[in-house]
Amino acid sequence: MIVFDNVAKHYPGGYVALDAISLRIAPGELVVLSGHSGAGKSTLLKLIPAIERPTSGTVRINGQDVSHLPRRAIPYLRRNIGMVLQDSHLLFDRPVYDNIMLPLIINGHPPGDAGKRVAAALELVGLHGRGKEFPAGLSGGEQQRVAIARAFVNRPSILIADEPTAHLDPAYAADIAELFKSFNGAGVTVLVVTHDVSLFRRWTPRRIALSHGRLMEE
Amino acid sequence: MRNWLYLHARAFAQALKRLGAQPLGTLLSALVMGIALALPAGGYILLDNIAVLARGVSGTPEISLFLDDEAPPAQIDAIRRNLQSEPSLSSFRFVPRDEALRQLENNGLGDVLGGLTANPLPDAFIVTLRGDDPDLFETLSARMRNWPGVAHVQLDSAWVARLSALLELGRTVVLVLAVLLGLALVIVTFNTIRLQILTQKSEIEVSRLLGATDHFIRLPFYWFGNLQGVLGGLIALGAVWAGVEVLAAPVAKVAETYGAAITLTGPGWSESLATVAFAAVLGWLGAAISVRRHLAQT
Repeated sequence: MIVFDNVAKHYPGGYVALDAISLRIAPGELVVLSGHSGAGKSTLLKLIPAIERPTSGTVRINGQDVSHLPRRAIPYLRRNIGMVLQDSHLLFDRPVYDNIMLPLIINGHPPGDAGKRVAAALELVGLHGRGKEFPAGLSGGEQQRVAIARAFVNRPSILIADEPTAHLDPAYAADIAELFKSFNGAGVTVLVVTHDVSLFRRWTPRRIALSHGRLMEE
Repeated sequence: MRNWLYLHARAFAQALKRLGAQPLGTLLSALVMGIALALPAGGYILLDNIAVLARGVSGTPEISLFLDDEAPPAQIDAIRRNLQSEPSLSSFRFVPRDEALRQLENNGLGDVLGGLTANPLPDAFIVTLRGDDPDLFETLSARMRNWPGVAHVQLDSAWVARLSALLELGRTVVLVLAVLLGLALVIVTFNTIRLQILTQKSEIEVSRLLGATDHFIRLPFYWFGNLQGVLGGLIALGAVWAGVEVLAAPVAKVAETYGAAITLTGPGWSESLATVAFAAVLGWLGAAISVRRHLAQT
């Protein structure tokens, strides 16, 4: 369960990114978050893994108040949240396999089991047998698939994605949307920020829109 | 426990990989550290060799008590009794003035002494001391000077005390040098790790997003500093050994001209291990300070 209770986020200089946001996302929900540029979508997303902290109000993830979580506890929160950001954040100096393996190493998985999970994740995102390739040799869509595999390989209960299809061809974008739906089908709570709501429309997800930092419709 | 070992093994492998990725930079940093460490390490070995040499040459410390020409037998007996009751003495013997003259004649000074009308030498006690404490020798000889019938007290091992003081001074200089150069070594590691953190910035950011703890992120840098220190320590040892090898023959030749046999010895196992361990600890320390300071800024 993700709960935002009267959350506001102000940046230095007086810019209000979010204002009085109250929101509940139940476990296993597929939620699509839309809004114009600067509406506060990315900020809202970043409050979930405590990349940002609210100025006021509380954010609770599975009952835990993450708004005031001590710094040392944040890594353990993030291990249960898969993240796909606008920039794929892949490490270009190592192969795809190692990129996907990283969260498992961080989480202390035994190497044998971790190897099987990476192979399964590669299969899931349609990159079977390409683990030895380097990200620079992949297309934008393939890089985004690697980022998704990395976000999911730890089997998190929550998956958040910020414009995962932003720079992709329509065909690639539809594939990526399909992937998110499949994760949601496996019981994962999925929250996707996107400009292109139509990609997800056929699964009738819950839609949320933000405008100037305020929740406009639900 | 297995996870802890796995994390350390992985961090160690990562550190090795990073060292290997920049062989020239690694070599240069290790050389700087090695040369910096070789100075105090070499100084320590040199002092150690001099101390061994001094112990061999000085033998047992002695004090010579030269008596007044006019000292009556009763005074000489009193001095003898004083010496017998002195616990810090190993032994003593009385050398009458005639015997002293005979010894000089036997030493090849017969021609010189033949020109004298009378024996100029005084009676004397040669006192052998227990232990090798220069302060005790000084105190004892000061006390003996006040004994009636004693004209002059000569501390035969005074130069040993001076040498001992000089060695002590040398050790202090080496210690100060080790501290200063150790500090320089910490700074070198600090800077190397700072550059490493800059080049690994994206990996650090991604790892944090994926739930890496600070400990997980820091560990490879700690190992990097540690390995760099070990390399520096090994280079320092190599430099000291090379110095010993180069100097051994000339030193032996100089000693031979004085009729002495001197063999320079390099660092032993314990000194070698201490040098490498010292360098490793300094490397780790430099890395720890740098990581704490710079990771907070990334």
